[in-house]
Amino acid sequence: MKRSSYIVLGVVSAIFVLSWVMKSMSLSEVDDSIMQGFLLTVSAFLTLSIFSFLYKDNPFYKFAEHLFVGVSAAFWMCQGFWSTLVGNLIPRVSESLSGFFMVPYQPGSFNFHYWIPVILGLLLLMRLAPKGGWLSRWPLAFIVGTTAGLNFIKYLRSDFIDQVSSTFVPLLGDETNKWTGVGDFFSNLSLSADSQFVALLANWVIFVGVFSGLVYFFFSKEHKGVFGVGSRVGIWILMITFGASFGYTVMGRISLLVGRLTFLFRDWLGLIS
Amino acid sequence: MKRQIPYALVFLFGLFMVFQYFVPHESSEWAYEFLLDWIMIIGIFALALGIWSLFHLSVEKIRARKEGHGYSYITLAGLFVMIAFGFTARHGESWGFYLVWVFTYLMTIMLAARTLAASNEPGKRNMFMVATLGFLVATIAIAIFDDSWSFYFYTSEGLENSMWRRFFDFVMMPILSTMFSLLAFFIASAAYRAFRARNVLATLLLVAALIVMLRFNPWFPQMAGLSNWLMNVPNLAAQRAIVIGIGLGIVATALKVILGIERGYMGKG
Repeated sequence: MKRSSYIVLGVVSAIFVLSWVMKSMSLSEVDDSIMQGFLLTVSAFLTLSIFSFLYKDNPFYKFAEHLFVGVSAAFWMCQGFWSTLVGNLIPRVSESLSGFFMVPYQPGSFNFHYWIPVILGLLLLMRLAPKGGWLSRWPLAFIVGTTAGLNFIKYLRSDFIDQVSSTFVPLLGDETNKWTGVGDFFSNLSLSADSQFVALLANWVIFVGVFSGLVYFFFSKEHKGVFGVGSRVGIWILMITFGASFGYTVMGRISLLVGRLTFLFRDWLGLIS
Repeated sequence: MKRQIPYALVFLFGLFMVFQYFVPHESSEWAYEFLLDWIMIIGIFALALGIWSLFHLSVEKIRARKEGHGYSYITLAGLFVMIAFGFTARHGESWGFYLVWVFTYLMTIMLAARTLAASNEPGKRNMFMVATLGFLVATIAIAIFDDSWSFYFYTSEGLENSMWRRFFDFVMMPILSTMFSLLAFFIASAAYRAFRARNVLATLLLVAALIVMLRFNPWFPQMAGLSNWLMNVPNLAAQRAIVIGIGLGIVATALKVILGIERGYMGKG
């Protein structure tokens, strides 16, 4: 390490300790104030370490990044262990283990079936064995096959049939706004949210938008003539969607940023109330 | 044999999951529920495999002294500290020697990783092995003699160890939310380049994004209604077109997998 790196490390360590002490003192009326002060300082240090990436990639950012990889991997493993293995499997396969883990035993006549995924899970670990790696393909095949079958039905129903049926909306009138003729339509023309005009406009935009969007994604025919017009309308609708999604994402990220800045200026530094 | 049985399993279970949907009988639903539980249980073993892979990768980086191998110690420390917090809990008000135990446990893991990494250097390896054993003995001794905490785990309220919750709140969540909030800066930079009304399409993108971003702005209250309409009507239409395409793609891929046309998931060998 360079001399300048040691200086930076020393300064950051000094600021960390100072923050810890000051935070613990400010939280003196709280139980466990030293631990609370330490944790708030750690949290602020990690927040600033991640923000430091805005300058450039640096050791503090890498530290936080690597720590996160380890912590989150362990978090999901422990969560899965306690909720799935201890919460769902053990109460069904072993009374003594249920007692050991203090979860209520759930006797049932078909509980022996739960040993099958345990065996398949152990076969999955055979991937680590030098010669038995091919056995790990069996549980993999089970997961792939079951998930493929599940997705086949699920997506066919929710992403295709349901979406297509929702697209065929009434184009002249619906339950609340019955079509009573052109004269009535124009005499009651209004831009209020519950007017017939706005409801029909929405239905037309959805119907035309979905079809033109699909036309844009259909590449087996050249986009010329009527098909080309449909494709052009499709890309307009898609650009509106991309803009709206972009704006929505920006707002979400800004909201997170405000949350982190609030933490730094209120919870850590105490500069805002 | 090594490949035919897995292909047959994929076909059988895939076909079963497709057909069970059309059989409105309780035994079909029962089997469906069973299979979903099985997937979740096998998934936990896959997670253990992932943890092992992370450990192995980190040790390998340390052994090969790759660039930035020092950070692998940080990954290992985070991994094993969180595992320790996830599998232990205190009994009373005091933590006793718990933090000392965490330190000795962590040192055992770090030195064990260093021992594995020094497999080509016998002198160093023996030294690290002795140190590992020393810390291991200390770890076991504290675990046996310290009564203030234990490997006691689960209650109806969830995980008992408050350190687990604190690590989640003060380490994991700040990093995660700051990483996502960091994207606000990059998105702003991207917006500066993308949002130029050079043609009709770019103008549509710009106007739609501005309307949505001004949704909660107190100076333009009418934007809320317009933004809602934009999200619920034209946005819904295009999203639906995209979703139909994605759905058809997933259905086609699932069919290819079930019929054994797509076999990439099986790997080589």
